Amino acid sequence: MKTNQNNTINRRRFLKTFGITAAVSGMALVGCDPKNGKAVGGKGSGIASGEMTYRVNPHTGDRVSLLGYGCMRWPLRQRADGNGEEIDQDAVNDLVDYAIAHGVNYFDTSPVYVRGWSEKATGIALSRHPRESYFIATKMSNFANDPQLRSFEGSSALYYKSMEDLQVDYIDYYLLHGIGMDGMDAFRGRFIDNGILDFLLKERQAGRIRNLGFSYHGDIEVYDYLLSLDIQWDFAQIQLNYIDWQNATGRNTNAEYLYGELVKRNVPAVIMEPLLGGRLGRLNPHALAILKEERPEDSAAAWAFRYAGTPEHVLTVLSGMVYMEHLQENVQTYSPLIPVNQQENEALEKVTELMLRSDYIACTECQYCMPCPYGLDIPGTFAHYNRCISEENLSKSSQDPNYVKARRAFLIGYDRSVPKLRQANHCIGCDQCLAKCPQKIEIVQEMQRIDLYAERLKQRLAF
Amino acid sequence: MFTTYRYMLRKIRITLASITFILLTLLFLDFTGITHGWFGWLARIQFIPALLALNVGIVVALIVLTLLFGRIYCSVICPLGIFQDVISWGGSRQKKNRFRYSPARKWLRYSLLAVFVFALIASFFASFHMLFGLLEPYSAYGRIASNLFAPFYRWGNNILAYLAERADSYAFYSTEVWIRSISTFIISLLTFLIVGYLAWRNGRTYCNTICPVGTLLGFLSEYSLFKPVFDQEKCNKCGLCARNCKAACIDAKNQQIDYSRCVSCMNCLEKCNKEAMIYSRRRAKVKEERTQEDDSRRRFLSVTSVMALTTVAARAQQLHVDGGFADIEDKKAPDRQTHIIPPGGVGITHFARHCTACQLCVSVCPNQILCPSAAIGRMMQPEISYERGYCRPECTKCSEVCPTGAIRKITTADKSATQIGRAVWKKELCLPYSGDVKCNNCARHCPVDAIQMIPNKNSESGKELPVPAVDTERCTGCGGCENLCPSRPYSAIYVEGNVKHHEI
Repeated sequence: MKTNQNNTINRRRFLKTFGITAAVSGMALVGCDPKNGKAVGGKGSGIASGEMTYRVNPHTGDRVSLLGYGCMRWPLRQRADGNGEEIDQDAVNDLVDYAIAHGVNYFDTSPVYVRGWSEKATGIALSRHPRESYFIATKMSNFANDPQLRSFEGSSALYYKSMEDLQVDYIDYYLLHGIGMDGMDAFRGRFIDNGILDFLLKERQAGRIRNLGFSYHGDIEVYDYLLSLDIQWDFAQIQLNYIDWQNATGRNTNAEYLYGELVKRNVPAVIMEPLLGGRLGRLNPHALAILKEERPEDSAAAWAFRYAGTPEHVLTVLSGMVYMEHLQENVQTYSPLIPVNQQENEALEKVTELMLRSDYIACTECQYCMPCPYGLDIPGTFAHYNRCISEENLSKSSQDPNYVKARRAFLIGYDRSVPKLRQANHCIGCDQCLAKCPQKIEIVQEMQRIDLYAERLKQRLAF
Repeated sequence: MFTTYRYMLRKIRITLASITFILLTLLFLDFTGITHGWFGWLARIQFIPALLALNVGIVVALIVLTLLFGRIYCSVICPLGIFQDVISWGGSRQKKNRFRYSPARKWLRYSLLAVFVFALIASFFASFHMLFGLLEPYSAYGRIASNLFAPFYRWGNNILAYLAERADSYAFYSTEVWIRSISTFIISLLTFLIVGYLAWRNGRTYCNTICPVGTLLGFLSEYSLFKPVFDQEKCNKCGLCARNCKAACIDAKNQQIDYSRCVSCMNCLEKCNKEAMIYSRRRAKVKEERTQEDDSRRRFLSVTSVMALTTVAARAQQLHVDGGFADIEDKKAPDRQTHIIPPGGVGITHFARHCTACQLCVSVCPNQILCPSAAIGRMMQPEISYERGYCRPECTKCSEVCPTGAIRKITTADKSATQIGRAVWKKELCLPYSGDVKCNNCARHCPVDAIQMIPNKNSESGKELPVPAVDTERCTGCGGCENLCPSRPYSAIYVEGNVKHHEI
């Protein structure tokens, strides 16, 4: 007990000292007037207290920042000609500049991200920095329905196109994208039978690919198969967070197993979905209270990032940051990483239990299912539903004490987050999205469930 | 004592008029339906709506009111009258003491009343609904408020909703702003401009030359018990009263007032600095001067109504589409043999005879299905179309607000058993019939389970995907199927209206 108290005091003192340093550096950074006397540098201020934590890749010796930039959600803006949207390149440049200035050096993209615009935008932003100041990761994507792109010619063209768009002549980290999504046969058809894996291994030998790896979703057979091959994988990308550690949903495999297999074979892990598509950043008040009791100043997101970064074989943790505030907060969380201790782990287990008892839809908003041919906003609808669960605005019964408030929040929030014509009641159940979902969500069933729930609220039916 | 009461009367009039005017306007602005529960009666006490609803109590009360106190109705209850007072007040601020006595344009008044009565009666035999809807003052104001004022109110609301969203509050939600019918919008705009211009220049010209209700009540107010009268001993014939009479009905030289045109606004009482005008039961002898009507003005009006009549076709505003998603084409209204009117509307004849096109139902419909018609015979009268929503089972808003009895009060239970139309399947557009995509959205959303999915034995692809089959006996015509059908721009299932609603 006594030692415990001492520890807390020590940590507090430690943080205080760093807070002051941060305040000073923060002022220098944003150039604000020190005379205004405002306290800066506290938790949530987005100003890092120290140096970014780095992990060393045992195969190439790369010093990789623990925070990796996921480039699948770049900010968008309306095009000047009013014709739809485009990537907000200015915002992307700002984000990338800030990230690099604060030690982030791993950028993960793919030819399919952000409607196919991600590589180009990432390339523009990164090419403004010295080539050796960043590592680029991109992927050989699936293109499930395009035999042309899945042939050897199509695939190798894709690979060269990535280099061109990213404005580089070598790729630091190259991944077989989403292995296991459709089982063993689909994997063989995509990467083995057309000879593309052999091609990529040769490219690695030639030095144009510095690290070869894969990202995994779905069928564990493919994962085990790849690791059993006589190929030294330089890294592998897996889904890891405190829910997925032992309670993976859908056809996903527990991260505990995935990570363990990688450790055995000395393959460093790149982590995706540390926040489970944002769900772990928006906890319900009960779950959040458990964490706040331990560390009142930390956000739910900071906890999730600390958890994902704690295992030592984790090379980097990816986060698709759209807003500067998120980037700043994540930089702060990992500058430096304070590993999750035993007591904190127990708190997270309690949160996990609470989360599992809720009715969340396992959507990570990866957008793979989009565009829906009938114009629906599938991830938006699921996000709204999940958000209502987190905010306790999802009624189990119309007799719930907060039913009236929850009903209003659900229906008004629904119209705010998803345009009426893109809501669940327009889902006709064509099933075209099902195969595209890496989380194997029963999208049609879930859409109809949400539709039914919304209909009950609208009609004020008793349930 | 005597002096205070004369000033009080005008202030009471202004206070009451402000309250009714604000609340009535709010009825047309508020899309949440909250005010209608409290103040919906304000629409019901309007003269012509009460007459059409055969609301004998109210009609008698209004007649008695007029016989007692003169045309107070025109000053305190009629929103178009108060609207003109507001405009006229603006005009008077620019130019003081600007009115002059003018003889009544009786010929014009009576002929327009005759036209109105003719249209009212004729509407039982043919399509003259639009004509009396055009002249009826309450509805004319309703169209102005719902077409010209409501958009600003809604935009204001949307700004609040935007701010509320930023603040994570659910106090406001945003609403759509769109022109439901171009022709009705133009008619409203013209009404606004013409009535507004007349009011700015000459006060109550509209009420005393064109408005059929004004003419009708004018007959009665000539015999009203209380009225402003000259105290001939005190009056020095200065004419200040006449120069402040927006009805132009005071002949100060002869100390006479045309009571058929006096709207009991009490302005003359306050203006007279000799206290020579009193509101009392005393009778003054009135002699009418016969005059010729103002030809040019009449021509002007007939031109505008012709213009309004020939204006063509309504078109819904386009919906903007986000580039990140598949484009969603706007729905187009199918060519319906019979138009659809809301539950409670009894049948198209009953509806057409009673509706004055005030747009109150259009303003409150939360499902965006009521639009003013563009068809000549029933121009401006609302009808249903399912491009933006459908007649949801929990809603009876239009029937709650209708002041004329065109849409009779209906409960949700009765509504669910009333057939206003029935669904018709257009198989060549239906996804599972013509293509190989499975779909059951119409069946899944039918609130009365009138649609079954039946395997299609005759399919070309041989897949036998289930296709919808409508049980017309159960269908209510709510349009859920039509609205949610994925086929665009024309739905593969649409509602054909019933000439007469009936129970199922």
